[in-house]
Amino acid sequence: MSAVIHLDNITKVYKVGDETIRALDGVNLKVGENEYVAVMGTSGSGKSTLMNILGCLDRPTSGTYLLDGRITTRMGAASLARVRNERIGFVFQSFELLPRLSALKNVELPLIYSRSGWWSRRRQAREALDRVGLSQRTRHRPNQLSGGQRQRVAIARALVARPSILLADEPTGNLDSATSEEILALFAQLHGAGQTIILVTHEPDVARHAKRIIRMKDGRVWSDLAVEEDAARYGSATSPGSQDWKSQHSN
Amino acid sequence: MILIRLPFSLLLLIYQSAFLALGQIWANKVRSILTTIGIVIGVASVTAVIAALTGLQTRVLSEFESFGTNKIFIFPSTGGNRFISYYRYRFHNEQFEGLLEHCPSVSDFTRVMRGRIDSIAYGTRNEPNVDVTGIDPAWHKIENRSVILGRQFSLVDVEQGRPVCLINEKTRDKLGMSIDCIGQSLMVGQTRFLIVGLIETRNESSMFGGDREGLEVFLPFTALQRLQPYSGFSVVAASRSPDVSEEARAEIGFFLRKTRRIRFGDPDTFRVEAVQEFVDRFRTVAQTITMAATGVVGISLLVGGVGIMNIMLVSVSERTREIGLRKAVGARPSAILLQFLVEAVMLCFFGGAIGLLAGYGLTSAVKSIPQAHLEKAYIPAWAVALSFGFAAAVGLIFGMFPAIKAARLDPIEALRHE
Repeated sequence: MSAVIHLDNITKVYKVGDETIRALDGVNLKVGENEYVAVMGTSGSGKSTLMNILGCLDRPTSGTYLLDGRITTRMGAASLARVRNERIGFVFQSFELLPRLSALKNVELPLIYSRSGWWSRRRQAREALDRVGLSQRTRHRPNQLSGGQRQRVAIARALVARPSILLADEPTGNLDSATSEEILALFAQLHGAGQTIILVTHEPDVARHAKRIIRMKDGRVWSDLAVEEDAARYGSATSPGSQDWKSQHSN
Repeated sequence: MILIRLPFSLLLLIYQSAFLALGQIWANKVRSILTTIGIVIGVASVTAVIAALTGLQTRVLSEFESFGTNKIFIFPSTGGNRFISYYRYRFHNEQFEGLLEHCPSVSDFTRVMRGRIDSIAYGTRNEPNVDVTGIDPAWHKIENRSVILGRQFSLVDVEQGRPVCLINEKTRDKLGMSIDCIGQSLMVGQTRFLIVGLIETRNESSMFGGDREGLEVFLPFTALQRLQPYSGFSVVAASRSPDVSEEARAEIGFFLRKTRRIRFGDPDTFRVEAVQEFVDRFRTVAQTITMAATGVVGISLLVGGVGIMNIMLVSVSERTREIGLRKAVGARPSAILLQFLVEAVMLCFFGGAIGLLAGYGLTSAVKSIPQAHLEKAYIPAWAVALSFGFAAAVGLIFGMFPAIKAARLDPIEALRHE
């Protein structure tokens, strides 16, 4: 299996005043094509930093990150923007749709910044909305859609440029449980269609839907197991000391 | 391939940014209008000031035009020598003999002598305030004033100093003559002159020479000279065209130095002044004044620019999350920069357009100010281009800082922004 993502000894150090914080401390990770990975961890475990680096929003202090076999760690801001545009689809907890634009226009947004010809843009956006089951809602604005529908629009926007990886940061954090299940079913369906997905969450119920679970702690990969093994080790529904695990997350 | 695509994609990006900017401006209508007021006032006042000054300039130039831009005035002068004798100072008739032959750029000239006549009498009526002038026949052509009744002076009148005269309509009416006054005679001082022609009264609204009462009597030059033989006179010449007035001046200078026997190295004892020179000098001064006034008024545009910068900064911080999202989905910093820059320029452009309309309004208001001589005020095309260019430049300059701020935002921070 060819690696879509290859992290080699990634560190990220922040300086806050005189204190240095090692948000990531030597992370090694390979994610293959069509994997469905959930990254779990407490706040401060480094999962958000990892997410930012995977998404090329941030550069590591040291180490090498290969995305689709290309070294991204030496790229400039403009090249990274292009990588984000072509190879990464972001899904955020709070959807981040532009309120004044219709669903279709929101989905088109990444294509505005891409090299895609401007004739094909609308067609691609329609296809993406079709994939998330919202082909009837193209003209609606975000405030005319339900939370689940909004997140679907956001997912369509992430998919529209046919990225190598779909990066979802707490995609169900703002949704009720029924809608969450809907969105997770959509992820499963996309994964079934061959999409590589990386999901960052603190909820074991959400992580359970992935095929592989990576647990982070203190800036390191704590465990990296297939979902069945993970369940066997940390309990089916939750994790070691499931209640503390959950209570430490309040966001 | 990339070279072909690059300008195209840049244009596309600008086009898209323009659309985004329009949407943004439309979404914040009231704010946008308030923001652009500075630019509106700036452009309106710049265009109005330019219009007023251009109008004034046009009017003065057309005044010069009617005055005759090919005219050249020749006066005696002391040449810096305070002890020059009056005999050497004043002009003598023979000094101008052969002037036309020696000065190819001069088409005509006339000697002009102001009469020192106490009063004009017709019958029992006596009129003290009359301008009596001695002229040559070429005067009519040079001054562009012809006779409307009767005849002009002939060469014979001047050669022999015959006692004939021309009067204008105003003088005729003032002296209470009949409408056809030809053949009547006037007492000029102690001498009787026969009226042979009637001249139009000069347009009194003129800026130059609109003084006195406008009562004029013209005598043949030699006839007046016979009345006051020791009076000096001046000469008015006409160059073949305004363009050669500089050459004509030089030729006259050369000619007069010879006829007045000024030795090599001595200063001229006469002055030669071309109207065209005054026109040129006036143009230069007027342009300087227009530029200076435009600059001063243009400062208000800078103030407007600060307003634009302020609102763009607000807009950037309001839309921090949006910027973060755009960056996350692959907007390059340059695309973000362009988006905000285009928005600022567009705001200024709208301001400029509204300001221009206001400028037209102001101009027509200025036109209707009575006694201001500004009826000819208009906004020249270059002023329209200038104010739009300036507005766009203000947008670029003052939009640059907020746009750079937006382009440099860290996407992670921006997405976390509340």
